[in-house]
Amino acid sequence: MTEQVATQPTTATTSPTDAAADILAVAREQVLERGERLTYDQILAVLQTSDEQLEELLAIAHEVRMRYMGPDVEVEGIISLKTGGCPEDCHFCAQSGQFTSPVRSVWLNIPELVRAAKLTRDTGASEFCIVAAVRGPDAKLMEQMRAAVAAIKGSVDINVAASLGMLDAEQAQDLADMGIHRYNHNLEAGRTYFPNVVTTHTWDERWETCQLVKATGMELCCGGLVGMGETIEQRAELADQLGELEPHEVPLNFLNPRPGTPFGDLPVMPANDALRCIAAFRLALPRTILRYAGGRELTLGDLGTRDGLMGGINAVIVGNYLTTLGRDPQEDLALLDELKMPIKALSDTF
Amino acid sequence: MTLISPDAVFCPRCGQPLGPAGIAGGEHAVCRRALDLEPPRYCVYCRRRMIVQITPSDWTARCIEHGETTESTWAPA
Ligand code: SF4
Ligand SMILES: [Zn+2]
Ligand SMILES: [Zn+2]
Repeated sequence: MTEQVATQPTTATTSPTDAAADILAVAREQVLERGERLTYDQILAVLQTSDEQLEELLAIAHEVRMRYMGPDVEVEGIISLKTGGCPEDCHFCAQSGQFTSPVRSVWLNIPELVRAAKLTRDTGASEFCIVAAVRGPDAKLMEQMRAAVAAIKGSVDINVAASLGMLDAEQAQDLADMGIHRYNHNLEAGRTYFPNVVTTHTWDERWETCQLVKATGMELCCGGLVGMGETIEQRAELADQLGELEPHEVPLNFLNPRPGTPFGDLPVMPANDALRCIAAFRLALPRTILRYAGGRELTLGDLGTRDGLMGGINAVIVGNYLTTLGRDPQEDLALLDELKMPIKALSDTF
Repeated sequence: MTLISPDAVFCPRCGQPLGPAGIAGGEHAVCRRALDLEPPRYCVYCRRRMIVQITPSDWTARCIEHGETTESTWAPA
């Protein structure tokens, strides 16, 4: 009891402004100098910094990225092998079969996949991720993946990644044996907010698949979305939980409210909040690839896209997404060129 | 009206009828903006949901009755 009282004055005398100023100094010392990720409380403090501090915050995040990851930017293309008709109910997703979204279910054939992989490679991309809207792969999907990966590897020099939902240990191993370089499975949201986002499976099931992926030696790509109505605390929680998971890559999505989905009427996240998130995720994950995924065009526009690349982001998805369209790849490549950020070479990805 | 065809009668994004002002009409202003970053989902002639395939570099949208539209043949606004 006495001990608790004795420790209180230090925090009690710190005003919110002091705390916010402090967190930038802490980030500099702890993350930039020592390479240690921020704790949950520190991530939260970063997310609570003011607009006036944003420039300095992004500058620190950028320095962290440059020191621990270098100037290279990893470029990836994504493609939907099976679109729509998913039995799950992720409230942000236009591909769930449970909502009245206008997205119709469709499969892409292998020649189309190979063509897309070639065009993706032509942009300089080193990763090509094949995605299917499923709870998890069945035998038919696994066979298609086997054929698709063989066809792509036979004619295109690019790393093949996959995102096929929840896996069991055997499926994870099969995918690794096929030569899948990286597997994507997002946490989507912090653990406490997840039940507001998905009811057909649990956060723990997602965590479990992530662990299975890591156990096979495949690189784990695991991120989530922000701007889904979560509190700032829950946003910090997602960054902290990803920090604990230590994926090779974190794709950061900003909600793009899709018509017909339960989150279809949510407002688009303010750009400065999105930029604070980018910096906070970088400081929570100093040695992880942090990728711009969906929603950046809507949330950040051209100017914000540049600010994020100068604030911790070191990977992009080029071209279109799964159900929505992206910027012209040439615009992104020109921006990287202007920022003097070379595209990561395929030979540097192993 | 500056849709792919002056004969278009339905909004390619929300599927609702287009008024005399077409996609430029107030009730479809949001749709028109959104179409910068989305492929069309509804056939503008018959309102069927189209089969849309997106790759990193392009897209196609097919109505079983009215055929295929591609990125290169589409001019939403
Ligand atoms: S996010 Fe994935 S699992 Fe969830 S509904 Fe969409 S496709 Fe299905
Ligand atoms: Zn409309
Ligand atoms: Zn039609």
